[in-house]
Amino acid sequence: MTQSKDTAALAAHALECIRDDRTLFSNLDFRLEAGSALILEGRNGSGKTSLLRILCGIRLPDAGTVTWGDTAIDKLGPDYHMHMAYIGHRDGIKLDLTPLENLAMARALGMPNDITLEAALAKVDLAGYEDVLTRNLSAGQQRRLALARLLVTDTSLWILDEPFTSLDVHGISVIEELLDAHTTSGGMLAVTSHHAVNLQNTTVQRINLSA
Amino acid sequence: MNSDSLTRAFVILIRRDLMLAVRHRAEMANPILFFVLVTSLFPLGIGANPALLQAVAPGVIWVAALLAALLSIENVFRSDFEDGSLEQYLLSSHPLSVLVLAKITAHWLVTGLPLLLISPLLGILMGLPVDAIKILFITLLLGTPVLSLIGAVGVALTVGLRKGGMILSLLVLPLYVPVLIFASSAVDTAATGLPVTAHLSLIAALLLLALSLSPFATAAALRVSLS
Repeated sequence: MTQSKDTAALAAHALECIRDDRTLFSNLDFRLEAGSALILEGRNGSGKTSLLRILCGIRLPDAGTVTWGDTAIDKLGPDYHMHMAYIGHRDGIKLDLTPLENLAMARALGMPNDITLEAALAKVDLAGYEDVLTRNLSAGQQRRLALARLLVTDTSLWILDEPFTSLDVHGISVIEELLDAHTTSGGMLAVTSHHAVNLQNTTVQRINLSA
Repeated sequence: MNSDSLTRAFVILIRRDLMLAVRHRAEMANPILFFVLVTSLFPLGIGANPALLQAVAPGVIWVAALLAALLSIENVFRSDFEDGSLEQYLLSSHPLSVLVLAKITAHWLVTGLPLLLISPLLGILMGLPVDAIKILFITLLLGTPVLSLIGAVGVALTVGLRKGGMILSLLVLPLYVPVLIFASSAVDTAATGLPVTAHLSLIAALLLLALSLSPFATAAALRVSLS
């Protein structure tokens, strides 16, 4: 695991995405190395979410390939997914489970690391909410719980679609710290955001899909 | 990736779904209530004629079980699709087909197993002989998992559509028919005292076939629905 953190990189080769006869982007190339971040910008509907879903392997590009290391991600399947975590528009958490139960499920689906679930909750400022039904948390707290999923598995690539939705100023700075810590320890980040993403210690690469 | 963590994921996923079912008790009781109500209304509707009741009982009980299964099958992936959990299964480091099998198992434990457990009571209500009730139980034991397994493929195909309910029934019902035919004729045959090994073997074969194919078909269909 740690070995692959150093060597593998995510790369896009001539990606193209077409939706409803409109070409959202074409001939898109980039390379994301360990310790760096990719920030996607662009207007609503410019294909940011589609691009992230292509990078995850949920959606297939209309042309081009995404590679992890030297292999196309659709060939790797679970061998790619064990290195990555994705938080989409939808939180992927169950409202009728407690935060601890939600995180236990998230951990079981990936490669578990050493951090305790309680510590992961504390890192996103949810200490004390372990046994409250998620339904009773506020929207911002639910979002932070979703982001806590990143912490309970051992992954090097984080793909985040609007991670700061419904977070307050304090919540945003908490999450930015986590993202910064992830890249400085050799992780990779692909993010879309309407907010300015403030990463002090990270090489940031920006792609504007509306340009 | 070792088989240990895969088994753990399988067990945790089933346990989580059972926990969710317990927290949604009312929703869980729906198909069972439907099954019991439909079956128990028949004696009232067609009159207390024991011979007639006994003749229609296998068909009635099995049709009610099949419709109850159809009523509840959509829940197997619907809420996971809506809250984004389905994407997380797809991006798990475990094979999707195994996670899908866990989901189907949990769904059967919540909807199929209660039908199975209450069926002897309904057999008595319909005046079936004890031998036939035994066979009814065995056919439901072998048959209801088939309904869940086949239904899951249909749900996986239609979960991305906003109004998939009608298409789902049209897709799945024809595939349910063989189970219905073999199962109700097994109970019928048992009621007349003839051997039913052949019927039961056929249903068992359907179960094995569904068990070996459905998780892969469901996983593939989910990938299509989510892309």
